[in-house]
Amino acid sequence: MSPHLLYVTAAYGLSLAGLVALVGWILLDHRTLKRSLAALEARGVRRRADARHGSDA
Amino acid sequence: MSQTSVPIRSVADLANPTRFLALADRAIPIVAGMAAVVLAIGLSMSFRAPEDFQQGITVRIMYIHVPFAWLAMLCYTLMALSALGTLVWRHPLADVALKAAAPIGAVFTGLALITGSIWGKPMWGTWWVWDARLTSVFVLFLMYLGIIALTRALDDPGRAARAAAVITLVGFINIPIIKFSVDWWNTLHQPASVFRLGGPTIHPSLLWPLLVMALGFTVLFVALHLMAMRNEIWRRRLTAMQRLQARRAESRAD
Repeated sequence: MSPHLLYVTAAYGLSLAGLVALVGWILLDHRTLKRSLAALEARGVRRRADARHGSDA
Repeated sequence: MSQTSVPIRSVADLANPTRFLALADRAIPIVAGMAAVVLAIGLSMSFRAPEDFQQGITVRIMYIHVPFAWLAMLCYTLMALSALGTLVWRHPLADVALKAAAPIGAVFTGLALITGSIWGKPMWGTWWVWDARLTSVFVLFLMYLGIIALTRALDDPGRAARAAAVITLVGFINIPIIKFSVDWWNTLHQPASVFRLGGPTIHPSLLWPLLVMALGFTVLFVALHLMAMRNEIWRRRLTAMQRLQARRAESRAD
């Protein structure tokens, strides 16, 4: 592998790693929040807005 | 799951987080799919494009470094507009947009610094130099980290939103400094070669892959921002429901 190809590979590899980490963090956050909200709703906790058929957040 | 079925009749309806969630649920798979397709086309074009006669194969780093740098500034500009939305119009989604964009902007800025450094070593002979362009982008990275810390430091969402909005607007002064740093000061970094008076100085065989990659990363940014905003709205709902549950538990104990 030529030294310049090594620089290109490093740049693309680190960029891929950074983007995969970002997407993974957002998806993990999504899953955690979804489970926590579902657990609270299963226990009968409802926001007042939802109780009024969701006119606001 | 919390309700997401309120109909959207006009753009103004998106001010309602519930309606925004309904739109985001529908839009995210489409936008993410578009990002994957455009980036795949862009990558294919980038690796089939000719090598630069001076830089050789290292010119391929341009196809990721330049979009990362553009998005670093675009994301901050979006955050500054969101800050105006918080301070002037008190738009309910403005603070959500600002808070959700900050980590994404920090990653794109970090990647612009890393890929720029890797490109600089073979071309300039050094990984880093404290010149105007590199230093101002590094300051942008630190500002992103500061805003991320600030938005998570205060328990009161209203106070956190106002503080983050003010800091973001003050920090916006750095964006024109980054853009014009290569004209105002001596720097190792090359001057603007795409968005400039007189047109691009890059040969079309290198310019087109760059533009397609920039479009792909911009669409990816939109998808990630929508996903992060949806998470932030859910996080606020979760906090509200946990408080409601705590109050109910307290009233039962009394």
